[in-house]
Amino acid sequence: MDLSKSESTKADLATSVAAKQPSGSSGAELFEQGINPIKRRLMIGGFFVFVILAWHWTVTWTGVSHLIFPGPLSVAKSVIDGFESGEIVRHLWVTLYEILMGFAVGATLGFLLGAVIGQSALMEAVFYPYVVAFQTVPKVAVAPLFVLWFGFGMTSKVIITATIVFFPVLANTIVGLRSAPRDQIELMRAFTASSWHVFRMVRLPHALPYVFAGLDIGIVLAVIGAIVGEFVGAQAGLGYLILQRNFSMDAAGMFAILIVLSLIGTVLHALVRWIASRVIFWTDAFADLSRST
Amino acid sequence: MKMTDSVAAVQPAAFRLEGVHKRFRSKDGGDVVALHDVSFDVKPGEFVTVVGPSGCGKSTLLRILAGLARASQGEVTLAGKPVTGPSRDVGVVFQAPVLLPWRTVMENVLVPAQIQGRDVKTSTERARHYLQLVGLEQFHTKYPSELSGGMQQRVGIARALVNDPALLLMDEPFGALDAMTRESMNVELLKLKERTGATIMLVTHSIPEAVFLGDRVVVMSPRPGRITQIVDVDLPRQRTLELINTDHFGTYVSGIRANLHATGGLD
Repeated sequence: MDLSKSESTKADLATSVAAKQPSGSSGAELFEQGINPIKRRLMIGGFFVFVILAWHWTVTWTGVSHLIFPGPLSVAKSVIDGFESGEIVRHLWVTLYEILMGFAVGATLGFLLGAVIGQSALMEAVFYPYVVAFQTVPKVAVAPLFVLWFGFGMTSKVIITATIVFFPVLANTIVGLRSAPRDQIELMRAFTASSWHVFRMVRLPHALPYVFAGLDIGIVLAVIGAIVGEFVGAQAGLGYLILQRNFSMDAAGMFAILIVLSLIGTVLHALVRWIASRVIFWTDAFADLSRST
Repeated sequence: MKMTDSVAAVQPAAFRLEGVHKRFRSKDGGDVVALHDVSFDVKPGEFVTVVGPSGCGKSTLLRILAGLARASQGEVTLAGKPVTGPSRDVGVVFQAPVLLPWRTVMENVLVPAQIQGRDVKTSTERARHYLQLVGLEQFHTKYPSELSGGMQQRVGIARALVNDPALLLMDEPFGALDAMTRESMNVELLKLKERTGATIMLVTHSIPEAVFLGDRVVVMSPRPGRITQIVDVDLPRQRTLELINTDHFGTYVSGIRANLHATGGLD
């Protein structure tokens, strides 16, 4: 009887996790439990329609020029045109590549260095001041240097993105590696575990929720990194396209890119959370962590 | 002490403590004496319980035997060999089950075997055997979060036993459980002891638990932690919960309680 009870709680947990995913929000599920799904969808859809209409009417009533603040219709048209002509798609691939490569490089380095520094208080005392010093330099200010060193191509953007993603992953990895309960480590030692065993079997898994929280922050920052890099100097990419459309006074076209960028960010963020929920299946700590950070 | 000395001459003690002292440095720089001149030894197959109020150093004593802490002074030997660190021949159970939540019950039980690089197949067989002894064989694919507190602690016991340790050290293993679960766990532990023949030292702050489980009860008093009494419990080996209500059992319990009172342990 104990068993069936615990199974049902696990099933509840699984569905609440699943329900959490598509909305991408966290913490809201408690309030939504009593509301029937049709009403919920109507509310979500209704609010979206309301926002679009409010936007449209504000633009029409104030009579502001489309060149300065476009309405939803001209933005939608610009998005569709951009995809049909292939212009947005072409630049999107460049930016997406920069985001993902920069994220991969920054996250890997952040995790590896975090794993080294997280080993001991001594390591932290030796290395961490440099990391903090590096972090306090605004990456946006360094971006021109990277372009100078690595050129107008994608490499400089990948590097800028990587430096931005690096820190949150590193900091979270260090904290995560410290998070394993003392008695769990003691118990491992009592079973004659080496430091490597303790790291691999206890400290690393305990660190994973923190690492994923860092990755979650990192992926959103990666979008910013790539765009900043393209602003400084580029031959392609959505950031480059924004500047180009800015020069030609195409406000609707710029809005279209902003929407695409926000979609990229949202999808990547949801992807990281989805992977996290698969990897860290034993706890819903990830949702709590990412909420607080 | 004299009697145990003569026994030790015949067969080596499972473990032996000789004049063990333990001092900690407190935050203000002074010395805190956790253990003062603790000596006793335990025969193989014996079930010894250590009882005393919090702060009497009984957990420190267990940690020294587990090789997790070092005695400041004195001799500690396991089967005749001095303790220099954690030993492969010792299994440990803490108050909290401290299972790894990302591992199934079976995988948790196998942790010590993996650490010590033992053969997977025979270890799995042994794990299955011990899970059966603690009554959890059908739960081996479950995760700890799917088990009750008592079940989790039983997994912890199976884990401590998986390498067939010569000595099982238990630090208030049932302290976090409700009274009813605790009683039934006590009975199960005695059965387990019967079937495995392991030497067990169990630390507790419950006098009835110490008397119910122990062949001998080591009574300790706090500040500094020292042994005030070692009681041979002359009760039948096959113990049931009805025993707790007998006069004989009550005499032991009140005797130990009076001793703790006299030494200031129950202030």
